[in-house]
Amino acid sequence: MQLIQLLIDGIASGCIYGLVALGFVLIYKATETINFAQGDILMLGAFVAYSLIGILGMDYLTGFALTVLIIAVFGFFLDAVVVRQIIGQPAFATVMLTIGLGFIFRGFASIYWGTDIFSFSTPFSGKITEFNGLIISYVNLSIIVGTAVLMSALYFFFTFSKIGVAMRASSENQLAAYYMGIPVKFIFSLIWSISAGVAAVAGVLLAPITLVDTSISLIGLKAFAAAVLGGFGSIPGAIVGGIIIGIVEQLCGTYENYLFEGVREISAYLVLILTLIIYPRGLFSDKAEVKKV
Amino acid sequence: MRFIFKTKYSQDINIAKHNGDRFWYSLLILIMVALPLVLNDFYLGEISYICILSIAGIGLMILSGYTGLASLGHAAFLGVGAYTHAFLLTNGIPFYASIPIVIVVSFLVGAAIGIPILRLTGMYLAIATLALGFIAEHVFIKWEHFTGGNRGLPVPQPEFLGMSFYDSVFFYYVCLVFLIAAMFAAINILRSPTGRAFVAIRDSEIAAQSLGVNLGLYKALSFAISGAFTGLAGALLAHYIGYLAPDIFNIFLSLTLLLLIVVGGMGSLHGTVFGAIFVGFLPQLIAICRDYLPSSIGSQPGLEPMLFGLILVFFILYEPLGIYGRWMKIKLFFELFPTYKRQTFKKQKVFTKSDRV
Repeated sequence: MQLIQLLIDGIASGCIYGLVALGFVLIYKATETINFAQGDILMLGAFVAYSLIGILGMDYLTGFALTVLIIAVFGFFLDAVVVRQIIGQPAFATVMLTIGLGFIFRGFASIYWGTDIFSFSTPFSGKITEFNGLIISYVNLSIIVGTAVLMSALYFFFTFSKIGVAMRASSENQLAAYYMGIPVKFIFSLIWSISAGVAAVAGVLLAPITLVDTSISLIGLKAFAAAVLGGFGSIPGAIVGGIIIGIVEQLCGTYENYLFEGVREISAYLVLILTLIIYPRGLFSDKAEVKKV
Repeated sequence: MRFIFKTKYSQDINIAKHNGDRFWYSLLILIMVALPLVLNDFYLGEISYICILSIAGIGLMILSGYTGLASLGHAAFLGVGAYTHAFLLTNGIPFYASIPIVIVVSFLVGAAIGIPILRLTGMYLAIATLALGFIAEHVFIKWEHFTGGNRGLPVPQPEFLGMSFYDSVFFYYVCLVFLIAAMFAAINILRSPTGRAFVAIRDSEIAAQSLGVNLGLYKALSFAISGAFTGLAGALLAHYIGYLAPDIFNIFLSLTLLLLIVVGGMGSLHGTVFGAIFVGFLPQLIAICRDYLPSSIGSQPGLEPMLFGLILVFFILYEPLGIYGRWMKIKLFFELFPTYKRQTFKKQKVFTKSDRV
């Protein structure tokens, strides 16, 4: 029973990793760049939600939707104005650029909102439900349900909508997509905006657990482990990878005595390194093989 | 404009290309040696720190700037060097014996890290080194027997050549000597076949492989050499800060090193020194900025990371060649005056290179 309890907690935190990883994967699939600022966008999402719900006193759902919208528009212009300029430069430049952007966001957040820890009330805070002796908090439930809803929405979007199909086409082959009359640059910015929106969703869902401060951007780094484990470039892989990381982390935390002290904090990174060394393709990769020496 | 008349093939790999180089660099060294006569202890300390940063920068430059392998966890090597050095000194090993051991240990650690992650390229490598940096930081916290954990580890300041490390003039000379030695070693590594192989790997792995460069070997070697330089810098850093705590060697330090080489100019050893000067004076620069901003913004702790990020972004977008690149442009402008063309350094438009198969 304790194990199932752990699994549920693990899945809930794993969903957050999965959502952030999803942001990486969407951008990577389309533009072959990795957005190291994803965790910082998540943090901005949490702060904007705090402003709207906590300070302006908006209704939770309205505030949630507005936050996602604001961050999505922000993501769109982030690509259109800044990131697009360095397309075609070596991978290193993008890495450095997005790291720099992450620092700017974090600095901005701590200047504008301050370095205190904030919280805002949600309909889920503090409520729990019992089921056969399992204790499930509403917050965890909201995260799992939210992820499931978002995933199905994205699935339908990418499968049936015209823009979704255009996005898949552009990530498949940019040049061919151009020839077919797809506005690839616009589509890329749109992908950035979706990815930022997903990060904002994760940020708002996470806010009741970790509270809102600038350090939650570190989640972005753990989400790398999720993305790599799922095989960079696979959308379901990102979520599955995230859930595995979440569960591993919970298990390592509980059984710390049998392993070594402090294993919980680095378990995600250990999984990441092991995946890269042993099976760099990841679990769900659609690629033939990661380029090898 | 200076034209070098070449009469021997060996001129191509001369350290000093012409007499002007010899004159200016000798003058620079003379000035550096004479500095303690004019500067007080505070500035000598700052310049010692810049020397240490430059040595670490050389390490990262060899890896990232010359071999093209990104490392986001280089603070780990600084930590390895610093902790090894402090541990050895605490156990009574003299300074002159400790430094070579530190260099060998960091070299081996570099190789040990380099070998398993050889297969990774580009972003995967960046992510892996990032994770390794975190793991290393964690090891420094938890391995209390060796590092003292969160309590920290005082660094003994032994006598060396009859002088104490507390003496800032002496410490300045130690740092300067090590910087010059490291620079000399780096120049020589880079003009040897090993260094040429590094550059070949950076420019095109496939081409390098076709020319018989053993990619795995040279990438591991690059990691190891880079680790050795950075470990040496770590040992000196241990003396500079005097008391080691694990949270010094965090991701922010790794990113500061990256900022150093990007701002200085990727792929040039001059760049490491320019970058180190920039990074060394950044806190003062920020302090000056604080004075000019309204106090509501100026007193915020978030200003530092924000400026850090802004500088990084501006350099990546507008001056990818860094300070050294800008210096070259200015120099060329005056050499070619009035026929200088902006197009000389124009960024070539390229298509996104795909590493998908």
